[in-house]
Amino acid sequence: MRTAFINQLIKEAERHPEIVLLTGDLGYSVVEPFRDRFPDRFYNVGIAEQAMAGIAAGLAREGLNVYIYSIGNFPTLRCMEQLRLDVAYHRLSVKVVAVGAGYAYGAMGASHHATEDVAMMRALPDCVVAVPGDPVEAAAVTALSASHHGMMYIRLGKAHETVVHGASNRPGQGQALQGQLAPGDILPVKVATPVGHSAPPSAAPMGYRRAVLACGSILADVVATVTDADIYSLVFVKPIDCEALVRLAATYSDITVIEEHQLSAGAGSAVVEALSDLYAAGTLPRMPRVHRVAIPDTFCHTAGSQQYLRHLMGLTL
Amino acid sequence: MDSKTLARYIREQSLRMVSRANASHIGGALSVADVLAVLYADVLRYRADDPSWAGRDRLLLSKGHCCVALYAALAATGFFPEERLTEYGTDGTDLLCHVSHMVPGVEFSFGSLGHGLPVAAGIALAAQVRGEAHRVFVIVGDGELDEGSNWEALMFAAAHRLDNLRVIVDRNGQQAMGDTEQVLPLEPLGDKLRAFGARVLDVDGHDHDALRAALSDNDKRPGQDRATQAPTVIIAHTVKGRGVPFMENKLKWHYSAPDAELLDKALEGLQA
Repeated sequence: MRTAFINQLIKEAERHPEIVLLTGDLGYSVVEPFRDRFPDRFYNVGIAEQAMAGIAAGLAREGLNVYIYSIGNFPTLRCMEQLRLDVAYHRLSVKVVAVGAGYAYGAMGASHHATEDVAMMRALPDCVVAVPGDPVEAAAVTALSASHHGMMYIRLGKAHETVVHGASNRPGQGQALQGQLAPGDILPVKVATPVGHSAPPSAAPMGYRRAVLACGSILADVVATVTDADIYSLVFVKPIDCEALVRLAATYSDITVIEEHQLSAGAGSAVVEALSDLYAAGTLPRMPRVHRVAIPDTFCHTAGSQQYLRHLMGLTL
Repeated sequence: MDSKTLARYIREQSLRMVSRANASHIGGALSVADVLAVLYADVLRYRADDPSWAGRDRLLLSKGHCCVALYAALAATGFFPEERLTEYGTDGTDLLCHVSHMVPGVEFSFGSLGHGLPVAAGIALAAQVRGEAHRVFVIVGDGELDEGSNWEALMFAAAHRLDNLRVIVDRNGQQAMGDTEQVLPLEPLGDKLRAFGARVLDVDGHDHDALRAALSDNDKRPGQDRATQAPTVIIAHTVKGRGVPFMENKLKWHYSAPDAELLDKALEGLQA
């Protein structure tokens, strides 16, 4: 995903001269193509994330679209207060790009497990939170971010993620995705049930139909293992497309949200909150059963690959 | 308005605002009053009727808790009507008790410490890369230098030779809970800043002629070798509560607001 990101960012930077990339001294063997192509638009600010966020805000205040890049917790939690006050409060165009979502750096330990970042980033007003599920989505999100005015969090995996959207023998689908992706999109990945675009939402009981909304690169696990449900990629934790949720709720009795993040305030929470608000407002006549699969409010003290730790933490269906 | 008149105006209005709103931080507003007066009277390029004018010098008040002094300077120089100062800290106003970018002429909001210098470095970098001539001034408190983010940003500014960046340290010697040298000693501050790659000027922060010279110092070095380019730090040695004898160097006035009686006494004895 990180390569898909940087390749797409280079393409966007050709078209958007206001794009600048800062790194907190990370991205070896990833960011160099951007640096070499745009040497005066790339800065390694050093191992100094607070300064990086503030410098990004200063550059953005002058009209630039600034990407800050580092691993998991460093461009997010480490400088959260700068992101809140300098970037979000001033509504500046800063894109926070974290690599190593969830347990991508599994054996590196808790310092490198990015498992609370979504909760914190989605609390910032107007911050779009994107969690692409495969490299195709990562490129599409990057393309979107280049013309998005304002703050975005782009939560990337690491490397060698399974390409889900290219698996259907439809070359060029990724390209098409880029033009179409909008904040809030919930992308169908493997869907057999026709989703009720025209059928009005009904309070009447319905038969068992299940959808899985996968958030992030765990999408590939879901596609590989789940056969009895329709599968969607929840590309955005914020904003949530409420109209899409209403359609899903009209179609499925059960919705499972799976994510590589703590149970608190992550993607599952965002879906439950949105559905509850829609139900309370009368927009949604019937609440589906929502099952949340996430890290059960605990740290992981064990070394292991991403797959090992996903299983250890119960992130399976 | 000359700088002396402006400094007196800033002090008077700051006292009135803080007293009316029963707000904190008058001590630090009085210590920085002369710096702001010289900046707005003699140094900064700005257009009060066009606060976003691209060619303006950028001034960031990182010690955002002392915003009354800046609001007063902005009212005096025509960014908004003086009457608005009476709104300070009241229900529904955007004249917040920490500096707010919603106020005309205010570049950026601050209040949490250690934010201004990194943001200023970013603004200065943008100007350098684009070859723009405006300068970037950022006023930080001395206690604020406890925050590590300042030192991160200073290293960055030195690495990229941001000589359009002018950091002004309001060196009044006090922070929230005591003297800076008791809490976390900053001295030898000049040597530390030099070691981080800054050009350092020490100046009496209440001497207007000295401030004028220091704040414009880097402007006199045209065509210099890039290897010698560096951000400038002006350590303005000041007195907390300056101008109001019963407030000078008294920690109480980091927090307390003068009541009506003490306000009268302060204004009566106000020294330039």
